[in-house]
Amino acid sequence: MMILQTDRLSISFGGVRAVDGVNIAVESGQVFSIIGPNGSGKTTLFNLMSGIYIPTDGGIRLAGETVTGVAPDQLSRRGLSRTFQNLQIFSRMSVLENVMVGRHRHERTGIMADLLHLPSVARQNEATREAARAALARVGLAEAADRPASSLAYGALKRLEIARALASEPKLLLLDEPAAGCNPVETQEIDRVIRSIVKDGITVVLVEHDMRLVMNISDRVHVLSSGRTLAEGTPEQVRSNAAVIEVYLGVHGSQEADRAFD
Amino acid sequence: MRLLPAIAIAAILVILPYFFPSAYYYRIGALVFIFALAVVGLNLLMGFAGQVSLGHAGFLGIGAYSVVIGPVYFGLPSWLSLFAGAALSGVIAFLVGRPILRLKGHYLAVATLGFGLLVAIVLTNEAGWTGGPDGLSVPRLTLFGWQVRGSNAWYWITGATLVAGFVLALNLMSSPTGRALQAIHDSEIAALVLGVDVARKKLTVFTISAVYASVAGSYLALFNGHVTPDVAGFLRSIELVAMVVLGGMGSIVGSLVGAAVLVVLPQALTIFHEYEQAMLGLIVMVFMIFLRRGIVPSLAAAFAGWRK
Repeated sequence: MMILQTDRLSISFGGVRAVDGVNIAVESGQVFSIIGPNGSGKTTLFNLMSGIYIPTDGGIRLAGETVTGVAPDQLSRRGLSRTFQNLQIFSRMSVLENVMVGRHRHERTGIMADLLHLPSVARQNEATREAARAALARVGLAEAADRPASSLAYGALKRLEIARALASEPKLLLLDEPAAGCNPVETQEIDRVIRSIVKDGITVVLVEHDMRLVMNISDRVHVLSSGRTLAEGTPEQVRSNAAVIEVYLGVHGSQEADRAFD
Repeated sequence: MRLLPAIAIAAILVILPYFFPSAYYYRIGALVFIFALAVVGLNLLMGFAGQVSLGHAGFLGIGAYSVVIGPVYFGLPSWLSLFAGAALSGVIAFLVGRPILRLKGHYLAVATLGFGLLVAIVLTNEAGWTGGPDGLSVPRLTLFGWQVRGSNAWYWITGATLVAGFVLALNLMSSPTGRALQAIHDSEIAALVLGVDVARKKLTVFTISAVYASVAGSYLALFNGHVTPDVAGFLRSIELVAMVVLGGMGSIVGSLVGAAVLVVLPQALTIFHEYEQAMLGLIVMVFMIFLRRGIVPSLAAAFAGWRK
């Protein structure tokens, strides 16, 4: 089953087509990576898929239903979640509270119940806290639960965003450069986390510059250049694609390409 | 424990009168509690959800005039007029909030400022109902056949209401809605992709904060026995914002401290005669320079650091 499809998806900013006629079909249960040089439209594509931008042309289907123009909070309720390249942490809250916000779509209390702290709210808080702790444990941050989020190191914040997104129990998770700025050990940890997410049946769409991670973990790789599709295929197919090598290195040479992709 | 601040404040409130040398102190206490109530509400909006309002005195004004217009023109009891005013403020906040809460930062500040000015102008110009710039005298509050008089009685009524306001605010903070509001403050976009209906949550907290201000306004009018359009004026709105920031954004206890400082200081500074206002300004500046996160959060952080 296709969980996410885009149909000639396009968006223009002041005449510049940042994403131009991109067709993507993500099979349920896969790791689907989107790569491309800086400015090729990867993050813009993510913003379109998560409802933050509204496409100028084309459409998006989530689990077979058309969701073009649907707001991000509604998409979240339909099982889509994401992380951000430039971290969007709730920095005034604790690590655990950050992840608790991820449970928002599952929480069922009214404003009057919240103001009066009815027993239903107490039960809800407890359930939310438990689920949030479990999500933190999955990314190896259980120990840090009660620390202020602002006190975590960069690599840990990356994992915190993943835990927060996981807490919403998505069917589809968009990860925007989860390994950017991470050292090799932290990248290894991200690799492990993504594999465990997929094992749970969650589909992962990944934007990433770390080629070793992408080539290791992806079922399919989609290459963008200047907002257009350059190539798509298995990691092996993409690795040996002449157009891809040219865009990445600006030279014809398989040796340099091998080095870049290893 | 969630309600610890409210319990601590309730205890202080009960003990404090034993140290009052005269009835005058009950009067100051009641004024502090009334303003603190409005400030708690505004703090939910500003300190938690991160949305500024420079027109909150508008709701203070609606509450204040409702306890005149209700009894005088419609024959309603004062307490019922207070509730009617709170409901009206909530409805107006809901209607006004829908379009203006889409705005961010300075634009939101200017739009709320406009709302506050609008209320003040209506209260000044609709002289047939409001008495115009000279205002109106307010019928006394009667509860269960007992006419409320004296600062002493008002101290207890406003104090009890403030503690109730504290409890509701603390409940809200540790609820799903409260977490969503704090999330909106830090990153609207992240809150949105986690399923938080950002526009609706902002509207909810704006409405709640308007109800707090309205109840405070009603008490202020009933307590003073007279009301003029100044209650809804721009300076009042600024004073409320100053109380929030001085006490500490996002600190419920800070709301009381901020209100106390800005109500008590002018009384204490009368010894400076014509320089009273200048001294007040100077002291507030010094507070903000040395306790930049507000009195309560800054002192709490300093205390935590000192204990380590």
